[in-house]
Amino acid sequence: MKIILQNLTKRFPSRSKKSREDVIAVNNFNFEIPDGKLVGLLGPSGCGKSTTLNLICGLQKPTDGRIFFGDDDVTELPPENRGVGLVFQNYALYPHLTVQKNILFPLENLKGRDKLTKEEMQKRALEAARLVQIEELMERKPSELSGGQQQRVAIARALVKMPRVLLLDEPLSNLDARLRLQTREEIKRIQKETGITTIFVTHDQDEAMSISDLIVVMKDGVVQQIGRPQEVYDNPVNLFVAKFLGTPPINVFRGTIRGDQLYIGENPCLGIRRLPSPETTGREASELAASLRETSEPDTSGHAFSGREVFVGIRPEGFILQEDGPLACTLDRLEVMGRDISVVSAHKCSENASIRSIVTAESHVDLSSPVVRFGLKPSKVFIFDKETGERIQCRLVQDK
Amino acid sequence: MEKNNLKGWLYLLPAFLFLGAFMIYPLIDVFVYSFEEGYNSASQTFFGVGTYNYSYVLHDPYFLQAVKNTFILVVITVPVSTGLALLISVGLSSIKPLRELFQTVYFLPYVTNTLAVGLVFMILFKKTPYSEGLVNLLINCFGGGSVDFIDGPYWAKMFVLCFYTVWVVMPFKILILTSALASVNQVYYNAARVDGTSRFRIFRRITLPMISPMIFYLVITGFIGAFKAYSDAVALFGTNLNAAEMNTIVGYVYDMLYGDSGGYPSYASAAAVLLFAIVLTITCINLLVSKKHVHY
Repeated sequence: MKIILQNLTKRFPSRSKKSREDVIAVNNFNFEIPDGKLVGLLGPSGCGKSTTLNLICGLQKPTDGRIFFGDDDVTELPPENRGVGLVFQNYALYPHLTVQKNILFPLENLKGRDKLTKEEMQKRALEAARLVQIEELMERKPSELSGGQQQRVAIARALVKMPRVLLLDEPLSNLDARLRLQTREEIKRIQKETGITTIFVTHDQDEAMSISDLIVVMKDGVVQQIGRPQEVYDNPVNLFVAKFLGTPPINVFRGTIRGDQLYIGENPCLGIRRLPSPETTGREASELAASLRETSEPDTSGHAFSGREVFVGIRPEGFILQEDGPLACTLDRLEVMGRDISVVSAHKCSENASIRSIVTAESHVDLSSPVVRFGLKPSKVFIFDKETGERIQCRLVQDK
Repeated sequence: MEKNNLKGWLYLLPAFLFLGAFMIYPLIDVFVYSFEEGYNSASQTFFGVGTYNYSYVLHDPYFLQAVKNTFILVVITVPVSTGLALLISVGLSSIKPLRELFQTVYFLPYVTNTLAVGLVFMILFKKTPYSEGLVNLLINCFGGGSVDFIDGPYWAKMFVLCFYTVWVVMPFKILILTSALASVNQVYYNAARVDGTSRFRIFRRITLPMISPMIFYLVITGFIGAFKAYSDAVALFGTNLNAAEMNTIVGYVYDMLYGDSGGYPSYASAAAVLLFAIVLTITCINLLVSKKHVHY
């Protein structure tokens, strides 16, 4: 079942006496979720992702916009008529009912045409329990289960009525680290087996990237970027998205463009070329990028925005240890993780207190020297407008 | 270790002395009195030891009347007051405007003096040569004949007593139940809504089990409170309850001690022990039933 969100907006009336302005939790959300995909709604706390989920399941009514499941307009439908399964952050298992009764609960609500016999209900409940592998826990009460098991029961309860859409609100946030890893794979497996279009909300970018087919990054109620996880990671549209995705987070530097060179401090780090064709530019081409395209000179058009101050984002894996590398940082310490080494250093142009770069464990870092020099991988470096934070679309090259 | 123990006992001593002198000793004494035949409190003498006191009390028509009255009172007022309180609290928690006003209004009887309330009920229900009483006026309005609720037939008096008791005990129950309802996590209701549960089913399958410990608490304390009813009857029917056929067990105990026919501490003790046995049995039954129906 594909889901279409059209201009979805939710405003809450302001409760504070100071400002009469409404709080806009979700602002003009447009998105078409393809059938059978697992979509991660990602964003920091308070960005409107849970509200979006509540709008889709019908617990809240949108101020504006429409929601379609397939061809059906479900905007006005109450939750029970939408065919959604919802897994709550704290699972909301009824504490006084056994696992089996919890799973049976939604089925017992069915009326009229959909009404099931006792045997059918038992069969469906057992199927759902089997899918999440809890069939041996059916007689227990929720308080006698571990967090992970409760999570599975909650999923089984959401799945048992065979919903058209499965919604998960922060499904992993109440689990410990190891269980989280295991459960997210489990969610992926269950989603694949059932083929139900699934949306899950999370503030953990690792979680979203690892299992989603598509991720939606939100901030302050506004969708920032939608795409496949790798796509969004490799091609963030703005500084917020770039900062939000990736662990360790991206390193941000203050940089300048002089001629066709990108400078960090006094050192030219990479060359700037304009993009081969305008189609590949991002969602909102900044005026800088536009001016870049308009330059008539072929090939060497970097100097079109010469002198502009920019933010330079460099992914931790975008650093190469180079004896004569352009970026000289003061070495602070090394953190050995086994598979690779995290080099912690500092630079006067860095926006973060420390720069974190990841190099392979084989590389040799000279600890005796106070300065470590890096070269940069052009594909891991992004430049952003200093005012708007929008990405400046251009091609970065390594000048040799 | 030894020293610490000693210290602990020392700290307990004041409370222990007080409780011992004013609770445990009298309790034991009541048992002792109840088996002392012909005890005279003035001369502190008695004829012998045996179960005569019990057999006297159990054959006393006034006592049997009191037991009957008390049981009727308990059986009617506990379910009615708890049920009504539940209904009102559910109503209260589902309205937003004026909720606090209503909460205050419903709580008023709790802070009002029992005897004052009794007086008000007298005015409402009593029929005198000069006035019919407000309730009778209402009955007349709807075409019924007037009834003397205070000095009239047994059922009318019992009705007033039950009505009065329900009215007096309800505020506390409403208070407890509204807070119990408020403590049920909203997320369960959301979950139930997504699953398409009807309002009635949500109430029966989710709300009730979740507040069942509180309901159970109210039922147990309600039973015990109703068995101990006395002042309510006095407030309505005056001190000569035996004549009004409205005596309760506690009232009988009081009469045996201090009433016009009083001066029989042995009979009073026997009646008190019998009341204790009844309350104990009922509470045990309550506990057994709750094991099955109360979810913690």
